[in-house]
Amino acid sequence: MGFVYPNEVEINWGLFIVLYPYLTGLVAGAFIVSSLYHVFGVSKLKPVSRLALISALALLLVAPLALISHLGQPLRALNLMWTPNPTSAMAGFGYIYSFYLIIVLLEIWFMYRKDLVEFAATREGWTGKLYNILTLGAKDISPAALHTDHKVVSALAIIGIPSAAFLHGYVGFIFGAIKANSWWSTPLMPVIFLLSAIVSGVALLIVVYAVTCWLRKVKIDFDCLMTMNKYLLIFLILAFVLEILEVIHMAYEAEEEWPAVKGLITQVIPFSYFVVQLGQMVMAMFLLFMATFKRIPAKIRQIMTIVSGASILTSVLAMRFNVVVGGQLISKSSSGYTRFHWPLWHEGVIPTIGFLILPFVILFVLVRVLPPWMDGGAAVSVTKRRGAFVPKPVPVRGKLSPAEPTGGELWERFVVAVGRNLSRLGLRGVWREE
Amino acid sequence: MNKKVPRRQFITGACKLLAAGLAAPLGSLVVQGNRSLAASGEKSWPEIWDGKQWGFVVDTHKCIGCGRCVKACKQENKVPMDDEVYRTWVERYVETSDGVSIDSPNGGLNFPPLEEGGEKQFFAPKLCNQCEKPPCVQVCPVGATYRTGDGVILVDEKRCVGCRYCIQACPYGARFLHPETHVADKCTWCYHRVLRGMKPACVTVCPAGARKFGNLGDHNSEVAEIIETNRVRGLKPEKGTKPRVFYVGLDEVVM
Repeated sequence: MGFVYPNEVEINWGLFIVLYPYLTGLVAGAFIVSSLYHVFGVSKLKPVSRLALISALALLLVAPLALISHLGQPLRALNLMWTPNPTSAMAGFGYIYSFYLIIVLLEIWFMYRKDLVEFAATREGWTGKLYNILTLGAKDISPAALHTDHKVVSALAIIGIPSAAFLHGYVGFIFGAIKANSWWSTPLMPVIFLLSAIVSGVALLIVVYAVTCWLRKVKIDFDCLMTMNKYLLIFLILAFVLEILEVIHMAYEAEEEWPAVKGLITQVIPFSYFVVQLGQMVMAMFLLFMATFKRIPAKIRQIMTIVSGASILTSVLAMRFNVVVGGQLISKSSSGYTRFHWPLWHEGVIPTIGFLILPFVILFVLVRVLPPWMDGGAAVSVTKRRGAFVPKPVPVRGKLSPAEPTGGELWERFVVAVGRNLSRLGLRGVWREE
Repeated sequence: MNKKVPRRQFITGACKLLAAGLAAPLGSLVVQGNRSLAASGEKSWPEIWDGKQWGFVVDTHKCIGCGRCVKACKQENKVPMDDEVYRTWVERYVETSDGVSIDSPNGGLNFPPLEEGGEKQFFAPKLCNQCEKPPCVQVCPVGATYRTGDGVILVDEKRCVGCRYCIQACPYGARFLHPETHVADKCTWCYHRVLRGMKPACVTVCPAGARKFGNLGDHNSEVAEIIETNRVRGLKPEKGTKPRVFYVGLDEVVM
């Protein structure tokens, strides 16, 4: 359509680059849910607090695979860490990613240390040996040591929040700081990426939690689900407002790039932008809002929340596509649009679906090694308990219990938690004999 | 254990050790670099660059759209002839009452004849602008693309990881991923020829004299004279890249 520069015939950042911000977004969002429990004391999220962290790890392991397979010279990937260019917005990627991976791994280890020591003692054969190795020799599970574990976990969760925010806001900056691309270049981009990341992460947990409950034939903790509903709705409104604001601002200013951007969203990607991305956000907002009404039967409210979660997952994926690929469809000549040919194999649809399934395969393995279930008998394997244990339905239906913290209380708790942990943590470790 | 070595002594010792560890390889690199240049009897890079700031002038009045520059460039720089990647290309602008139509089939390698009816028609050759403030150099995560002392942006094909961030960052569409080497590629103003005192291939083959190349630092050079005596402009000045390709008679519609 129209004229594109001859070098623009090929789309340079394809589906794998769509995947990367999607996957890290899910990571950042899932991590923040686990931190809501560990740092902000949102106790209703306890049932998903471990699951959130384990899901974050599974996704975090897959995210760089998509990036590295996109490189023209994948074997040189580590050049980013050996010879980083300080002026490049991309050069920090290796460090930020590694730092975050270490935080997540440490947090999981400290969180599971007690379980690991118990598994190492009780399991026989190679599984016992495996757990023995995973304990790294730190087998002190005295109350004092466990107390230290707990504090370390909160401290890591505190460090993890800005890290997760930075990991993903930074991806937004990589796009937002490209002046050559009128659809990307906006200072709002890191914030939009971060909010959509949180939204997608909470949505993922809603879906993963619902699916695992269904697979394990365990009743969904209604309060937990409704708490996630609440956070999803809040962040969804913020994300929606900012995404719309960016376009309205561009349209109102109507500078020279606006006709090209307008053509992109109205003629080139109208379906994936207005229907899949924005339409589903509006629908999810409506459903999530409706699900807060106590007059509606709990079963329906539960379904509304889960459906919203699933639709947000596709909405955010479409958002990543509309940004990453959409931005490249506008010719830098502002006189036409490149066509995106959906490739099948080479950086195409099939390996992309593979990369989307892989985190769940890893998650499937991880939950067997490190059971994240918080509804009693953490060590019981999935197969053994199928159909055997059904906890009672939670009696309080959507009523805000007095324990539910308000915004001000949350902030107070955060500040207190940060102060307490930073002052007490010092260099005290689990190995220290008390 | 902390009692045995005082903390201050430990830290200063560690710093010294670290400094020594860093200095040794860096020092040897510098020494080695100087030695290899001295041994070969060649000039050092600062000597080669001294007093030179290369510049390029395109006179859009003169271009006839023959496409010889596009072909010569592909041959000279091993850019696959049949792939849709170009270090230089020629755009054709035809303004009618309906608006402007732009095309560049095969990068302008062989324009089909125009249909009747254009009121204002011209060609605009494009190539890397070798910007003074190059966004591609800024964004390269591994420092594989850099600006030489005489003002040419090059790509180290042994370092480039092929992330294509530079391709995204270039406002002019001058960069592409080379289909064979899988690293970023772009016009170098035929730096290999320039170093040997020759002109870029496209300048050499242009039958109309639409492309001029020379030293902007030398006021007697042809390019300096054209720039000083004509009304010229670079492309997309609003991007703040300070391009070093200057166009004579460039129409507003050319982006």
